[in-house]
Amino acid sequence: MKLPFGRTTSSPISTGHSASLDFAQPEPVDLASGKYVKLWQGPQHPGITGNMSLELTLDGDTIIDCKTHVGYLHRGFEKLMERRSFIQNFTVVCRIAVPEPTFNEYLYSHAVEEISGIEIPERATWLRTMNLEMMRLASFLMWIGGQGGAFGQYTVANWTLAYRDYVLDLFEEMTGARIYHMYIVPGGVRAGLPDGFEKRAREIMDGTEKLLDQIERVMYNNTVFKARAKGLAVITPEMIDPYGIVGPNARACGVERDLRKDEPYLAYEHLDFDVITGSDSDAYERAYLRLQETRQCVSLIRQCLDNAPTDGPFQADMPNVLHWKVPAGETYVKAECTRGEYGYYMVTDGTEFVRRVHVRGPSYTHAIAVMERLAVGNNIADIAGMMVSLHTYPPEIER
Amino acid sequence: MNDLMERLQRDFGVDDITVRKPALTTFRVKKDSAETLIRELRDREGYTHLNFMTCIDYIEDGIFTLVYMLHNYDKKHSLGVHVDISRENEDMVSIHTLWAQAWTYQRELREMYGINFPGSPRLEEDFCLEGWDDIPPMRREFDTKEFSEQRFGHREGRHSEEPRDHMKVELYPNRGGDEK
Repeated sequence: MKLPFGRTTSSPISTGHSASLDFAQPEPVDLASGKYVKLWQGPQHPGITGNMSLELTLDGDTIIDCKTHVGYLHRGFEKLMERRSFIQNFTVVCRIAVPEPTFNEYLYSHAVEEISGIEIPERATWLRTMNLEMMRLASFLMWIGGQGGAFGQYTVANWTLAYRDYVLDLFEEMTGARIYHMYIVPGGVRAGLPDGFEKRAREIMDGTEKLLDQIERVMYNNTVFKARAKGLAVITPEMIDPYGIVGPNARACGVERDLRKDEPYLAYEHLDFDVITGSDSDAYERAYLRLQETRQCVSLIRQCLDNAPTDGPFQADMPNVLHWKVPAGETYVKAECTRGEYGYYMVTDGTEFVRRVHVRGPSYTHAIAVMERLAVGNNIADIAGMMVSLHTYPPEIER
Repeated sequence: MNDLMERLQRDFGVDDITVRKPALTTFRVKKDSAETLIRELRDREGYTHLNFMTCIDYIEDGIFTLVYMLHNYDKKHSLGVHVDISRENEDMVSIHTLWAQAWTYQRELREMYGINFPGSPRLEEDFCLEGWDDIPPMRREFDTKEFSEQRFGHREGRHSEEPRDHMKVELYPNRGGDEK
């Protein structure tokens, strides 16, 4: 599915490695000359995405160098996991990407299941799929608000955060928690759907759909938003593989990659959806693509409500959590989160603790290598909008 | 896939080839051949995506195992390249010229494990830990509990339980915490 507008690009899309791409670091400038100013954007700044900061060097209003700094939210999750039992790690993994904890729960569970050879019941696959799509919806709603806010449209941010709260209400009903659900566990999920959930979920999906139409009229047709976002921070197809760009940032320049389609997991092979692509990955195209993907979330949640079995087990037979024995093994599992490939690499050695877990988040490259390249040459006023348009979450960088 | 593995065995002497699942194969290669092999996989075999780069500390064997996860989008297949390096001589060839994000991983590995990647940009800059002067914290000998006890101390009025013992008592109260 192609977005209806955007500048055309030469086809077919080529993402091969280009020798012309230069990864060299810029030469340091002479700050003592008085020609340049060093400015820190973040870690405390309304236009920053989470706890990170950008060290900007400015020539007038133009950015000539950018360095990303992380670590303000470093809690040593990967280290902690090496000293905790497999079940104890559930309180850790969900905190790795605060707006999208469910992807961490799913991937951690899936890695444990794959190494242990555990099959989950069909009902659990549907409930997990719905849970992940609800998470995607909540995260996209928050993102639309952030992108609107970065360009001065705070009304949109208030609308979307209110609707995100309605989705969090659904999470509370479904899992007992609003943010850190710990709903997806090895062997399946912790519970089925409560009575009346389907009706309430459908009402909220109807409301969300109307909201998205309003947002398209108010924000996406707004002249100021268009003028500032179009042509800002363009990602070219040649950058995709050398920079490891994934998700909407890659799809917006025409690269048709989506793990839900390419390597289907859970119930995605039974769902009817297309991979949405754009043609020119600037801030506007990426924003429009995410709006379309938010609409797609609503459709996928409805499909899950239509097709999920209402009875049957939602949890495989599992031993007492204190006696989990995970055999020695190694795996890498991944899923398509709102920002692209999210992955868990797990190595076990047959003991009661995991030997090594590495969490691969898309922000690792989007917020550092990509950000530092795209920022150069832009105006200082656009840096907040540009950061949001790359959709980065710092906790998954510093784990 | 078998042809590729046979060629890698012949040309690069890879061993410990393990098919973890249809979409993931892992193997081990010697440190000296690693960069050439990774470049070959990227340029000739279509493994153009670097999923991540990480390290596992096998303190009992005195080695670090570096893991490079590469993905081929056309074949929908990943290769986990394992490279063992000594914990004592923690130098590894840099791959920062192959992927733009590689130097960030290398900077992190230097901070967290103390592995050196000569030539990698901005390697000396702090990544997460500003002003850290203890041993690299992801090494197995770094004790997080001891560190937090020394750093933060005991706060009056706080009480904590050893989770495992506490849960046994919670689950089997009538048997004094004995699950048998």
